[in-house]
Amino acid sequence: MAKIFIDNVAYEVDGSQNLLAACLSLGLNLTYFCWHPALHSVGACRQCGILKYRDENDTKGRIMMACMEPAAEGTRISIEAPQAREFRAANIEALMINHPHDCPVCDEGGECHLQDMTLMSGHNYRRYRFKKRTHTNQYLGPFINHEMNRCIQCYRCVRFYNDYAGGKDFSVFAAHDDVYFGRYEPGVLESEFSGNLVEVCPTGVFTDKTLKQHYTRKWDLTNAPSVCHQCGLGCNILAGERYGTIRRILSRFNGDVNGYFLCDRGRFGYEYVNSEKRIPHPLKKKDGVFQGMEADAMIEDLKKLTSAKGKMMGIGSPRASLESNFLLRELVGPENFYAGVPKTEGKLLKTVIDILRDGRVRTPSMSEAATYDAVFILGEDITNTAPMLALSIRQAAKNKPREKTKAMKIADWNDAAIREIVQGEKGPLFIAAVQPTKLEEIATNCYHGHPDGIARLGAAVAHNINDQLPGVDLDTETETLAATVAEALLAAKKPLIVSGTGLYNEAILHAAANLAYALKDQDKAVGLIYAVPEVNSIGLALMADRYLEDAFEEAKAAPVATTVILENDLYQRMDKDSVDDFFNRSEDRVVLDCLAGDTGLNATYVLPAGTFAESDGTVVNNEGRAQRFYQVHVPKTSARSSWKWLNAIVQDGTRNFDGIVENMIKVFPIFQEVKSVAPSADYRKGTEKIPREPHRYSGRTAMHANENVSEPKPPSDPDSALSFTMEGYLGKPPSSIIPFFWSPGWNSVQAINKYQIEVGGALHGGNPGKRLFESSPDRQLVYFKDTPQPFSPQQGRWCVLPLYHIYGSDELSAQSTAVKQRIPAPYIALNDQDAKEGGYAKDDQVELFLGGRKHAFPVVLEPGLPRGIAGLPKGLEQTKGVLFPFWTELKHLKNE
Amino acid sequence: MDRPLTQDIKNDGTWLTLKEYEQVGGYQALRKALKLSPQEVIEMVKDSGLRGRGGAGFATGLKWSLVPTGDDVPKPKYLIANGDEMEPGTFKDRLLLEGNPHQLLEGMIIGAYAIQANFSYVFLRWAYHTAAKAIIQSIGEAYDAGYLGENILGSFFNLEMSLHTSVGRYMCGEETALLNALEGKRANPRAKPPFPVVSGLFGKATVLNNIETLSNVPHIINKGSQWFMDLSLTGEGGTKLYGASGKVKKPGLWELPLGTTFREILEQHAGGMMEGFQFKGALPGGGSTDFLTTEHLDVPMDYTHVSKVGSRMGTGTIIVLDDKTCVVGMVRNLEHFFAQESCGWCTPCREGLPWTEKLLIALEEGDGKMEDLDILSFQTHYMAPGHTFCALAPGAMEPLQSALKYFRADFERHIHEHKCPWK
Repeated sequence: MAKIFIDNVAYEVDGSQNLLAACLSLGLNLTYFCWHPALHSVGACRQCGILKYRDENDTKGRIMMACMEPAAEGTRISIEAPQAREFRAANIEALMINHPHDCPVCDEGGECHLQDMTLMSGHNYRRYRFKKRTHTNQYLGPFINHEMNRCIQCYRCVRFYNDYAGGKDFSVFAAHDDVYFGRYEPGVLESEFSGNLVEVCPTGVFTDKTLKQHYTRKWDLTNAPSVCHQCGLGCNILAGERYGTIRRILSRFNGDVNGYFLCDRGRFGYEYVNSEKRIPHPLKKKDGVFQGMEADAMIEDLKKLTSAKGKMMGIGSPRASLESNFLLRELVGPENFYAGVPKTEGKLLKTVIDILRDGRVRTPSMSEAATYDAVFILGEDITNTAPMLALSIRQAAKNKPREKTKAMKIADWNDAAIREIVQGEKGPLFIAAVQPTKLEEIATNCYHGHPDGIARLGAAVAHNINDQLPGVDLDTETETLAATVAEALLAAKKPLIVSGTGLYNEAILHAAANLAYALKDQDKAVGLIYAVPEVNSIGLALMADRYLEDAFEEAKAAPVATTVILENDLYQRMDKDSVDDFFNRSEDRVVLDCLAGDTGLNATYVLPAGTFAESDGTVVNNEGRAQRFYQVHVPKTSARSSWKWLNAIVQDGTRNFDGIVENMIKVFPIFQEVKSVAPSADYRKGTEKIPREPHRYSGRTAMHANENVSEPKPPSDPDSALSFTMEGYLGKPPSSIIPFFWSPGWNSVQAINKYQIEVGGALHGGNPGKRLFESSPDRQLVYFKDTPQPFSPQQGRWCVLPLYHIYGSDELSAQSTAVKQRIPAPYIALNDQDAKEGGYAKDDQVELFLGGRKHAFPVVLEPGLPRGIAGLPKGLEQTKGVLFPFWTELKHLKNE
Repeated sequence: MDRPLTQDIKNDGTWLTLKEYEQVGGYQALRKALKLSPQEVIEMVKDSGLRGRGGAGFATGLKWSLVPTGDDVPKPKYLIANGDEMEPGTFKDRLLLEGNPHQLLEGMIIGAYAIQANFSYVFLRWAYHTAAKAIIQSIGEAYDAGYLGENILGSFFNLEMSLHTSVGRYMCGEETALLNALEGKRANPRAKPPFPVVSGLFGKATVLNNIETLSNVPHIINKGSQWFMDLSLTGEGGTKLYGASGKVKKPGLWELPLGTTFREILEQHAGGMMEGFQFKGALPGGGSTDFLTTEHLDVPMDYTHVSKVGSRMGTGTIIVLDDKTCVVGMVRNLEHFFAQESCGWCTPCREGLPWTEKLLIALEEGDGKMEDLDILSFQTHYMAPGHTFCALAPGAMEPLQSALKYFRADFERHIHEHKCPWK
């Protein structure tokens, strides 16, 4: 800690910070643009000018930039001195000479950092009387809107996009007052993290194009703290609604999970919530035709149906909350509850949980992952399966090269100086994958092979670390690589092993664990992360140990009266014939889901399940962190949390959310912490609930006027401490139930500063989420002993493996308008040598059988793919229900 | 009078070849320096009082002594000769580059030896085509003769050298922007600290010196620090290439003892004003220095004396303003240059300079208002040193602020007469 004086008042601050961060952490207001708590200081915008005094005798002081000065012991500065205030106002005036002042038509208006800072600086009258410079704007794809004329040249966009996120198709062009931020030519921004430009840009240059389709000002949104449902990482999000539709997603800062950022799938993949395919009301099939029903009548029907004699089955879902899965289990009985995933996936998830819970190696949170200094990724294409983890790994790859800046006494916040010294040096980062993955652009070394080969490489590395572990016969090149990786991991202070379930290969998971154990044995502060497929994959796996195949077998064994399928389109997971057969064996099929899918079409009863936007619930991410998401609004449709439907059907359906959690904990003690993930429904700040709407919310008396001139009573929320109104507690709520970030004078996302203990650090009250299990250092290490045999290609047959796509491989986000535009056309990837020998050329049509049905795909040549292996995109409409890996023959369809 | 820098330069438009340079004692200083320890070389340069001739006047020996030494210092270290001479009105380095390239190279090799750098670059203004030829030929000759490369003259000291021709931005002359340009990045300046002597080119310790500065080094080694110190009239050490442009009878460039007065340069060497023109003022050291006027003619041109009267010696190349030239137009022309050459990194420079230029254009076109003078004056404060990221904009404000101080009446006439009175 250091004692510094600001306007003659002494403060204790963290001396390793810069003065701007120190001032903001103290809650003082000081204007800034180019500095960002995750991107740190470069001193470009000159907006944080303060007066710095040499010592207590210096009365004049000098204008210095707070972001570029250390908060060193004894520092004396003034924020309020007239010269400092005048300088900051002058700087705004200068920034404004080319800014179009188009706030009324700008999407950023009302949550614009430039507006906030302008007001804070005191500048109001602009003396500039000449023409403004103008730019042409670029088409940047379906996610981001570009309006360069608003640019105030703070350089945050390039610093985020290129320096932080590793993008390559974006830059700053030209010079002087003509500098231009964009692509070298119009086109789709390639980075998976481009959406963060929306939040990083302090004004309206980069705005959310999906929001633009149904624009609403920040103050008019009804918001809820939520958790992204588009992969297994559980990034925290804020979802905003108006007139019954979700308008946009913002990052909800969580210093332990996603920090300030989100991936584009998470940010723009929400539009399925507004889809025309949403099921609005309960439906009952009569004579093969669905008929709408009142909710209450439907519940009565289903009560009768489920209490009648006859076998019941329940299929849970990794995209449904713990509470919904638990109530389904209650409804059908524990012995009839099945995890709605194939066995291949379910077993792997069990393995992951076993390793993380019972092993001795800690799994770090996503933000901790960014602090490791050597990384080895085994098998998982995290850019496409767990994108934000890839962003963390990109930061981790900068740590080792950064060490030398410490020796040179360069402060951690001095971003430009650090980058000059590091010079883009990366690593050590090693990647073993089936095919070349995007992270390879920053990797030290890579290996491409069959999943068994990847596991063998992992075993060889482990053997290099601990020769008590079994050795593996490898070719010389791979053996050398194994030695190199082992050496780098041993040389690191904090090595990190990353793997995942994506390749459906248990040996890889074992190899990753063995490697981590071996490093732990060497007293390394090793971390082990597994990526998992879906938002609640881990939560579901903690509840069930029987899978779809088991359910299908069971249905064959004895006739089923009623099957209840929770938020799960089984056709996405298993082949059509098996699913059809399963449905045929059940007299009634009750389907709870949000979108009308093939499973719903085969139902006899359909209940409209809420998406994350209309539901409350708890989900468990890949590190075992339980996190709560909250309903954003009460829709006009009957859509609601699945657990609400189930709760009404189960006989004692009077419990609220907290009551269900209580029951769940009794059955599954592992969920004990779920209770403390967020305040209970009866939590009040004083006597007040936390409003989902900002106090400036407008139009609520007008928006229903076409129906009734009396303002309707706002819906009540018996399940959370949040209210669906603008009335309530106006201060800062507990960290896990922050519906939006706002503070007087801070209307933009930068208001997050005011919710943190110190800027960039944890939220007041701690970052949300609770770990359900932790590794324990005193546990016995039990190494896995199942090194697989090497993969041998087969003549005329192909081993088909899944290839993941950030846009397309996730079921629900793929239904979003913007994301749809980024989904690749289906294809089959072949090794170019294999293709040559087989006579396949690029784009040739190739036929193969998937689930007993013929499919044809064009060939894509992939030189990095190992021989004998074909890659098929996972989860596309044409490849859904495929169980990987599988062997197949290919038939060449001649192009006519 | 000793003219060490220019005495050997031929008048036939060709540069000294290696052979010619050796005939006039070339590379003897290098032989001598290699027998000294690097520390002793630095001490000699320190004692000579040599200060940076690029304009800032930082003590050369001191800069060299700040380079970290020892085995654990990241290698390689670099020495860079800054030949990106783009300061308006300045053409002094060009003479040395085109006339005696080996003198520069010898200075660079000695400098590199002093800081134990193993790589060196000549960073050259793009338009200096003749100089580029001279440097390329001379580097080749030096390699062939064993003055560059491995184990130079059996000293176990290695040095590589190459020429980098800039793409032609004024900004590249700013030493940290030069480093970025040399690395292939945008020529934006870097924050200091860390200073280039600690983290410079590719993040390694780097010394950047001006061409004229380095060209002095062989002579200091040859003839000693005291000799060099005694060359100047005012105790700052050495000679200086002074230049004059504008409506003087004999515009040109002269090597004179440091501390020669303004008057002597203008009246004796430049031959006084052309017939029909009156001296009104001058920028003493290039476009980014404050005007001096008739009252300052007896000021000795060295770092200390010029700054005492509110300007800077800068590059020592004087731009003369006469009574038939509109000062507003002259300043407008300069501000146009600076506004165009701003890299666009920091707000005051990027936005303030074009605004300044537009105000001056308005004045010249007769559209000026009295408030504009307040805004111009505001700009000079807004773009003061420390307010901006580098020295470009504060330098750009120097001619403006001094013009407003000394020639305010001329500005006001533009406003009152709604036109430029000189047109």
